Amino acid sequence: MRDKILFVIGVAAILLLARDINAIIDLPEERNQGIIFKIIFFHVPMAITALTCSLVAFIASIGFLITKNFKFDAVAVAVTEVGLAFLAGNLITGSIWGRVAWGIWWAWDARLTSALVCWLLYAGYLMLRRAIEEPTQRATFAAIFSIFAFIDVPIVIFSIKWWRTQHPAPVFWGGGSMPKDWYALWAWNVLAMMLVGFVFTAVRLRQEEFQREIDSLRREAHAI
Amino acid sequence: MAYVQQVATIFAKDLRAELRTKEAINASLSFALVVLLLFSFAFDPTEETTREISGGLLWIVFAFAGTLLLNRSFARELGNDCLDALISAPIPGSALFLGKAFANFVLVMAVELIALPLFGIFYNVKWTSQFWELMLVVVLGTWAMTVTGTIFSALTVNIRLREVMLPILNFPILIPALLGAMQLTSALVAGKPITEDNSAWLKMLIGFDVMYTAVSVVLVETVLVG
Repeated sequence: MRDKILFVIGVAAILLLARDINAIIDLPEERNQGIIFKIIFFHVPMAITALTCSLVAFIASIGFLITKNFKFDAVAVAVTEVGLAFLAGNLITGSIWGRVAWGIWWAWDARLTSALVCWLLYAGYLMLRRAIEEPTQRATFAAIFSIFAFIDVPIVIFSIKWWRTQHPAPVFWGGGSMPKDWYALWAWNVLAMMLVGFVFTAVRLRQEEFQREIDSLRREAHAI
Repeated sequence: MAYVQQVATIFAKDLRAELRTKEAINASLSFALVVLLLFSFAFDPTEETTREISGGLLWIVFAFAGTLLLNRSFARELGNDCLDALISAPIPGSALFLGKAFANFVLVMAVELIALPLFGIFYNVKWTSQFWELMLVVVLGTWAMTVTGTIFSALTVNIRLREVMLPILNFPILIPALLGAMQLTSALVAGKPITEDNSAWLKMLIGFDVMYTAVSVVLVETVLVG
């Protein structure tokens, strides 16, 4: 049953993405930026998905510390990995956009810098998991670090914003807005990315559950 | 009152253990010296350039040297199962944590207070014009570093690659605090007092300290006992 639902959601995500990409291709070029502006239809939804992932990871981590139920730990690791991939996509698309719009691959702009710091934080989370063998300890320590990281995200964003407002920042978007139907298309693509993220997380979650089952079977075999 | 006494006992024990061997503090001091020296090759150390980047330079030295001390904080207890004894001692985990954090704070501060005049001598910078405000920033930044460093030291003490994991976990978390401390230090070393312009950094630094102290005190029991 669960597999079937997952399959349906996955197909829906692919269809939605295909439809959106088709519509995005047909859009006219933006006056100042040309074709590169279309990256925003993927760039921003990826950031939104990544942020959602970090929120879910935070909630799951607290859930694990309270209940000691390993399901929460599996959710936390699955969602963190997926969020990290989306954030990487966000950074890469942003970098490509910057190369065309600003002429440079990277600027120490507030948003770029905060995104990079967040990426490093959650990469640290995954590295910490790798370094711990014992499952209960791994889950506990990872949950604690996830809470620390999540608290850090708003402080990082605000502090880097302050830092950057003291310096001349590169021109960014100029406070423009999109036509209404473009905006709707963009919102649909947010949904598509969220669905993709959900399916990835669910698949990764199942993998984590299998892993736990294999581990326990192995322990049982050793005991015999 | 008993709680304060427990914190003080752990604090005194840690300081005594370190001051008798002096292994971590010596390593940390010489490392700070080496990094200070290396920076002189990285750029032309005229007074003007040095003043401009003094905040970044000093806090990178402090963070690196501090990590060496923080790494030892819980690793020191591994021999003879001292850590298990400490955890089973009749004191709350938060007292153990605070005692260790204060001891680390004193040690890191000691290294910093030696490195700071050396920086002034090596780079010909008169850094004392805003002495007390600079001290306030150093104290706040160092506390931020020690409070997260101590809890991550406890977190990483039993795992593989302990020495590597601590900075990998601690530095990204510390970025807001280090950023604030760097901005303030650069301004203060250049002789500009803290004004309305950069008092936001001071508030952020205080907020960071308060928040992470609170979170660490709440979570330390889980780290130690599981």
